[in-house]
Amino acid sequence: MFEGFPILSIITFFPLVGALALVAVAKLSGADGRAQLELNAPRVALLISSFVFLLALIMTFDFDNAQVGFQFMEDVPWLGGGIEYRVGVDGISVLFVLLTAFLTPLCILASDTAIKDRKLEYMIAFLVLETLMIGVFVALDLVLFYLFFEAVLLPMFIIIGVWGGKNRIYASYKFFLYTLLGSVLMLAAIFWIYYYSGQALGETTTDMRVLIAELKIPAGVQTWLWLAFFASFAVKMPMWPVHTWLPDAHVQAPTAGSVILAGILLKLGGYGFLRFSLPLFPVASLELAPIIFWMSIIAIIYTSLVAYRQKDMKKLIAYSSVAHMGFVTMGIFAFNTQGIQGGIFQMLSHGIISGALFFCVGVIYDRMHTREIEFYGGLVSKMPVYAGLFLLFTMANVGLPGTSGFIGEILTMVGAYQVSPWIAFGAAFGMILSAVYALYLYRAVIFGDVVNEALNDIQDVTGREFFILGILAFFTILLGVYPSLITDITSASVENLIADFNAATSGTATLTEAH
Amino acid sequence: MWQTLSLIAPELLLAFSASNLLVSGAFAKKDSATSIRYFAVAILIGYALIGFILGRPVGEAFSGLLVVDEFSYYVKAVIGLSAAAALMLTKDYFQSEKLDRFEFSVLTLYCVLGMSIMASANSLLSMYVGIEMQSLALYIMAAFNRDSLRASEAGLKYFVLGALSSGLLLYGASLVYGFTGSIEFPAIASQIAQNGVNSGIIAGMVFLLCGLGFKISAAPFHMWTPDVYEGSPTPVTGFFASAPKFAAMALIARMLIGPFGDIASQWQQVIIVMAVLSMFVGTLGALQQSNIKRLMAYSSISNMGYALVPLAAFSVAGVKGMLIFMSIYVITTIGVFAAILQMRIRNGMVEQISDLGGLSKTNMPLAALMTIFMMSLLGFPPMMGFFGKWFAFTPAISSGNTALIVLVVLALVASVIGAFYYLRIVKTMWFQDANEEFVTAPAILKNTVLISGLLLFPLLMLPFISIPLQNIIERAAQSLF
Repeated sequence: MFEGFPILSIITFFPLVGALALVAVAKLSGADGRAQLELNAPRVALLISSFVFLLALIMTFDFDNAQVGFQFMEDVPWLGGGIEYRVGVDGISVLFVLLTAFLTPLCILASDTAIKDRKLEYMIAFLVLETLMIGVFVALDLVLFYLFFEAVLLPMFIIIGVWGGKNRIYASYKFFLYTLLGSVLMLAAIFWIYYYSGQALGETTTDMRVLIAELKIPAGVQTWLWLAFFASFAVKMPMWPVHTWLPDAHVQAPTAGSVILAGILLKLGGYGFLRFSLPLFPVASLELAPIIFWMSIIAIIYTSLVAYRQKDMKKLIAYSSVAHMGFVTMGIFAFNTQGIQGGIFQMLSHGIISGALFFCVGVIYDRMHTREIEFYGGLVSKMPVYAGLFLLFTMANVGLPGTSGFIGEILTMVGAYQVSPWIAFGAAFGMILSAVYALYLYRAVIFGDVVNEALNDIQDVTGREFFILGILAFFTILLGVYPSLITDITSASVENLIADFNAATSGTATLTEAH
Repeated sequence: MWQTLSLIAPELLLAFSASNLLVSGAFAKKDSATSIRYFAVAILIGYALIGFILGRPVGEAFSGLLVVDEFSYYVKAVIGLSAAAALMLTKDYFQSEKLDRFEFSVLTLYCVLGMSIMASANSLLSMYVGIEMQSLALYIMAAFNRDSLRASEAGLKYFVLGALSSGLLLYGASLVYGFTGSIEFPAIASQIAQNGVNSGIIAGMVFLLCGLGFKISAAPFHMWTPDVYEGSPTPVTGFFASAPKFAAMALIARMLIGPFGDIASQWQQVIIVMAVLSMFVGTLGALQQSNIKRLMAYSSISNMGYALVPLAAFSVAGVKGMLIFMSIYVITTIGVFAAILQMRIRNGMVEQISDLGGLSKTNMPLAALMTIFMMSLLGFPPMMGFFGKWFAFTPAISSGNTALIVLVVLALVASVIGAFYYLRIVKTMWFQDANEEFVTAPAILKNTVLISGLLLFPLLMLPFISIPLQNIIERAAQSLF
């Protein structure tokens, strides 16, 4: 359908063009039109991002599930020396593009009422952010990938810093510097890969397809490069013990910022493992997988316990995100179909569920301007619809069968069980703990007596909020009862990934035996 | 005869027109400064392009004192254009400070003439003449606001330390001459190739590098930089930070690769030490600064450290990386100083970082462009600064030398530390409450900021611009080897 039509570039850069148009309009209208712009900017941004979602949806329908390689490829000369503008999607990335395009309009819709001042700049920042996030998932060139991967920090830094809570400056700095330090180590590794591609292939290139198919990196070096990439992805993910930026960033970010942070940015790390660490450094991945397992298990159990002791709702959900990301890394590094399928599924489902939970917190935060768990109680009598929706997402977060959370967790655990039953046992224990903190949060906020007089005239969800949460609820249940929607699309690429991985690792295993 | 004349056409143009302007300025009516400035800018642009118009003839002039090759043409183009931009920035500043005198434009031309000789220097003698010619003009420019205590102090400091560096340079030159018996670069190179190296030559080379280290303000020869940057009139600081740095860096490249190419393993160590020291001195020093000009001084120290990294690789790709990095650095610097010149409230200039507070509310375009500059200096994608670092650091990795790989990792660590103070400016502009609004800036400043901002993102990374430019730079780098 899109023969020779640069659909991916349009999806990627349309939000940026929209943002530039907003800048131009703001410049032309000057100070007088400011009030009108503040009113219209969210609508324009919503229109732009909805259009992008529509395009992404059409592209996903047009995506050929059976085909293994990358589709909708574009390959245009860029900087020379093997660095080109290459974009394309396969079964792994196409759904992340869709998820990004899906969550952004919802965030913009939610922000229209939640953000009070400088809406224009906010919308511009969000549209730029959308371009960069989609860019990460479609980039097939190491330099292009790094460019998008890192550039995401800047709009997020500004979103947290300008529209965040009281302690926003500390949180935004921590977010930026933490992730930057991880990224530059990856950059050093990219330098080396670039150099080595010239040595091994005769011509320097940063084409992911060529690198994955042809570049055989010596096993000793693989470990170093793997660690460098790991530093970046682990911080982004975030994995225990480098997760400490996340609670701060989440608590201080505005609601929509938290949604994007949990929904998309945390997925960049997991996506990076799948796209780079496994195919490029298979031997090192296999060698170091036990470390990942233990870190995942520690993350799942430890952060669940930490989450239980939180007084701030957003912090609680932030810690639960770290725990859920532990399932993802555990699944990915099981190197089998269920594990990796589960990892991808868990990322997508967590994108929806955690996004929804942050929206839920945003709903009552907008009314009461506090996220203290103690402040609330007995909301069920005042906000019955809200209580119902919140219940659904809480249960999905716990992993109740019938919701998408269940599928992801059970698949990753099945995958991990084949490697080591103990790992799966630890993860299952973590699931119980997740029920502990999630139910604690729900009980404290929704049930009990109305302890606080301020809550007496709190209003139930508005139409807009119901629309946002309703859509998310629909997909939570849909993916929970019909997971093939996702797994059908991903399976061919995942099988291919695992086949390549096994071929690469078995080859080197025999090599080392021969020595 | 005509051959030589066409080779040195750029220098001739500068020398004749500078002398002409000096005379006509002396005899003209009082308010000749503005028109002379426009003449000087036109001459600088013509100087930058004349080599390309004449078809870039290559060869040696004045019996080997000067060499004209692709490298010198590229360097001269960057120097000429950046000096023209810096000179344009002085107009409104000098007028409002009542400093506007035509001598400044003439001094700029003489300074560029010195830099031009540096870019083409092919012997120790012409190298020294070029450096001194450039420096003498710079000393006067630093103290151009002679009634200001700070400016006089800056000029004097610059002069004393510059004299010291000239002394080191001359001592090194005399050692090299003494041990090789020649002052011409090719002759020194063949002498070293034939008779091998001895400690006298190495000591001379190290002294030469120390003297040039002053000129690029690489640590440990950086002490003058913050004070001179802070004390000099702001547009002069912008000039200091751009063209002279580029010229001195080009001279270092030519000197290391030409006469001392055979003892690369010796000077690589010196360069590595200077690079590491500069990065960390610059980065750590900048953390404490509250004055934006001092901050830019430390930032330039650390950037010189990054620029030395590709030189240490001793390869065509390395020189190319250095030229790309320095070109992007010059564009950024001009933009930043044009932005600093806009920091004017009703009572006059301000230069504290805190004065930028809430700029995103009062002057959104300036804040956005300033953010681009800071992120570019940090080497943050998708700004051009990132690609500058990409081209600068890949040659060092490609050399396969472990010391250089460690050097790159250290450079990356330093840039993460550097992120802190660049972010502080971004934070001040975006997160803090609005200060007193700046008065409306003249169009020339706004346009300069806009142009350099657009070059840094996204113009220079468009394929139909980046690839031809890279080819030019590649040819320039090849001509050194």
